[in-house]
Amino acid sequence: MSETRNIALTVNGTRYEREVEVRMTLADFLRQQLGLTGTHLGCEQGVCGACTILFDDYSARSCLMLAVQANGHQVTTVEGLASGPGHLHPLQQAFRDNHGLQCGFCTPGILTTLVEFLREHPAPTEGEVRVALSGNLCRCTGYQGIVAAALDAAKRLQADVESR
Amino acid sequence: MNGKVFGRSVERLEDADLLQGAARFIDDIRIPGMLEAAFVRSPHAHAAIRGIDKSAALALPGVHRVFVLADLMPHLQIERLVVGLPSKSYKQDHHRPALAGDEVVHVGEPVAIVVADNRYVAEDGAALVEVDYDPLPAVADCRDALGAGAPRVHRHAPHNLLAEFALGYGDVDGAFGGAAHVLRESIWQHRGGSHSIECRGAVAVHDAMEDRLTLWSSTQMPHAAQRLLCDMLGRDENRVRVITPDVGGGFGPKLVFYPEDVVTALAALLVGRPLKWIEDRREHFVATTQERDQYWEAEIAVDGNARILGIRGNLIHDHGAYTARGVNLPHNSAETLPLQYEVPAYRMNVRVALTNKVPVTPVRGAGHPQGTFVIERLLDRVARELKLDRAEVRRRNLIHADKMPYTTQLKARGGMPIILDSGDYPKCQHQALAHAGWETFGARQQAARAHGRYLGIGLANYCKGTGRGPFEAVTVRIGPSGKVHVYSGAAAMGQSTRTMLAQIVAEQLGGKMENVTVTTGDTAAISMGMGGSNSRQTVIAGSSAHAAALKVRAKALKIASQMLDVAESDLEIEGDRIQATGMREKSASFGEIARTVAGTAGYALPAGVTPGLEATEHLVIDDMAHANGTAVVEVEVDAETGAVGIVKFIALHDCGRIINPMLVDGQILGGTAHGIGNALFEWMGYDDNAQPVTTNLGEYLLVTATEMPHIEILHHESPTPLNPLGVKGIGECGVIPVAAAIISAIEDALMPFGVHLAQAPISPAQIVALIEAARERMQGTPTK
Repeated sequence: MSETRNIALTVNGTRYEREVEVRMTLADFLRQQLGLTGTHLGCEQGVCGACTILFDDYSARSCLMLAVQANGHQVTTVEGLASGPGHLHPLQQAFRDNHGLQCGFCTPGILTTLVEFLREHPAPTEGEVRVALSGNLCRCTGYQGIVAAALDAAKRLQADVESR
Repeated sequence: MNGKVFGRSVERLEDADLLQGAARFIDDIRIPGMLEAAFVRSPHAHAAIRGIDKSAALALPGVHRVFVLADLMPHLQIERLVVGLPSKSYKQDHHRPALAGDEVVHVGEPVAIVVADNRYVAEDGAALVEVDYDPLPAVADCRDALGAGAPRVHRHAPHNLLAEFALGYGDVDGAFGGAAHVLRESIWQHRGGSHSIECRGAVAVHDAMEDRLTLWSSTQMPHAAQRLLCDMLGRDENRVRVITPDVGGGFGPKLVFYPEDVVTALAALLVGRPLKWIEDRREHFVATTQERDQYWEAEIAVDGNARILGIRGNLIHDHGAYTARGVNLPHNSAETLPLQYEVPAYRMNVRVALTNKVPVTPVRGAGHPQGTFVIERLLDRVARELKLDRAEVRRRNLIHADKMPYTTQLKARGGMPIILDSGDYPKCQHQALAHAGWETFGARQQAARAHGRYLGIGLANYCKGTGRGPFEAVTVRIGPSGKVHVYSGAAAMGQSTRTMLAQIVAEQLGGKMENVTVTTGDTAAISMGMGGSNSRQTVIAGSSAHAAALKVRAKALKIASQMLDVAESDLEIEGDRIQATGMREKSASFGEIARTVAGTAGYALPAGVTPGLEATEHLVIDDMAHANGTAVVEVEVDAETGAVGIVKFIALHDCGRIINPMLVDGQILGGTAHGIGNALFEWMGYDDNAQPVTTNLGEYLLVTATEMPHIEILHHESPTPLNPLGVKGIGECGVIPVAAAIISAIEDALMPFGVHLAQAPISPAQIVALIEAARERMQGTPTK
């Protein structure tokens, strides 16, 4: 048994305290210890982007981080995006309406990547969306539905802001 | 024939869970008491195994057991995975062992399994298993493998020729004898791995109380996996259940049954605890099947008007070290080559070569892109030599719509004649070219050249048999809850199979998608199943679903007619009820109707009605429905860097009647992206000793969002007469013409240099080298 350490962190608004092995990745911790299996592993070396989460609101590869590094931090996973059961996040709804996913395995990492991107680029061009997505691999969609969903979501989010 | 849901872009049943992280993929399954496994794999392409020392691994805390082949042998009825499709062409059999015994024949071949508390410890343990290898000479190149002095891929085999066959018809040599023009091409083609973003995996549980072994596997063929597990472990069908959970992309290799499936299952039995094995990406590169090299020598004979008289040639196909599927890939390639054109005489000699590499089996497209590439390269060559427009050469040779159905002289792998059932190939080409501005491209190209920019345009046609039979099983049942349940032997791997089946069934049973549940990929849900491959599920499972839904509909109407005392002709189905037309107050719910035939002890069923509200269908359809289409692509090539930018991409496809336009477009887009990868990026490299040199996604390039152009999709609908829905498959079609069209476009762009292309993929460095070589040949600057 390798060395362990106690950590405390907030995931999707819930605070957790756990003892973890120091070598456990953050992705494995989220999936195995917290049961948040929406975060997926596609390459475990930071290329495919499927494991992307929001770490203190910024996108990060959870396969390239250790769980102990999350001590004292806030993590948001795909499970934390919707505002409640039956209430998809506007980005999730845009993915559904624009066929932005097929097998859905890469989707959680793409959603978290785009949540950050759309926050910082509320009215992006198609070219900007494509660059933002260039760190996420999808084998099913050819990215076209994903790009359309991102642009659609930007409009929906903007409309939400204006209607407030 | 748009209906309530049929023909409409309805929302997918799959999406809500996938979008919220609530889906269940193989690695999401956790069972109390579960252990995890890692495999010890060969680092050598070829070696003898002199011994294996497990002691250091077993001494590691957290390691429970280490199994090698000798440990498994007493529990295996058959030690090898005998899975090859039948063919008379085999010269020798090389089936994969469950684990390597005294010889390894490719890097990544599994040698031992380490069972531990978790994957971290299992990997530590795997590193401590000491295997005493005696390296042997290896063969990397499939052409070298067939040479006289080549090392043997398997040291005790007589040679490396796995299979040999010829496909063809007519008097080929006679056709060449009198031809006005004979042109020859030497073509190399390579495709790579499937690289679904989810790798493979298996979770096995043995329930000792029921003596039932359950295997969750990311397989596209759960029923075949069940059969093989039963055969290998000596268990009957009632004692083995295989379930395919949500699958994160298949694209071919997940249709194969793997050593890891059976070894994980057996190890779980022997340890007496649930066991999980999840493939990591590096393993996917060395242990999951791939497509790789084909070397073609092809000749075409044409008359003075560019009409094809005959095609002949030789193909050497890299098979890898074992037979994991059969000779279907090179068969598909050779079969596809002449398919959509009038080719009076044809002969392709195919040699299938063993190499010390991971086995080759279908990846999306399954050999069809390669055959398409060869014919399209030959036709481009004809156009160049005869100074004709490339599109015109094709127009003169495409099979015309008025000849449909067209019985070719080719035979499918099962011996049935190949009949092109429907389609209008010249019209499809015309529409795609018109949309692309083919006629006016020359002017744009000239204008760009004047500014030192190299634009090119290319086209390729394809035709593909889809919906391989003989059948798929579907049960449709309305339960007492009023829900419509659909069970199928089809397997979902991300291509919306559940939505597709629900749409077909809902169309007949109320049009309410949310009232339909679909269960696929579970051997306990339905007794027979073929699974997912060959763009077959909409065609074959869809047809069975339609037939079963019609039966359930007829029966429900008959029962409701008695219940409501209304003639069947005056009834309609609305949502989850049957009502007198326009009269909701005179209605019966599906649940009420189902209960009347669920039986009440001592009371008769409604007159003339059998028990239960369900039907099972296995519509048998042997002939394949042929999809076709045309890709037109415009590129800009940077002559200094060799970079290729795709400016415009038109994808026209005819997949017959369309059930859900949104999903069809999604399949085309994904296939097209895969084809762009095959043309420009994907290369599974090996060195001369058959050591893989591209074993991560940094070295092996998948297309990303920035390389993808916007794809313009056009449809032509020629319903097939072969099934009641008129549908053809689309899953693989997108990929087929792409590499051919892109390479044609690059060659067109580089015409001023006189560069000739005969390969896919092609890299920027190779393009630069070809330009340099052409410049040296011409000893001057390019002509404008």
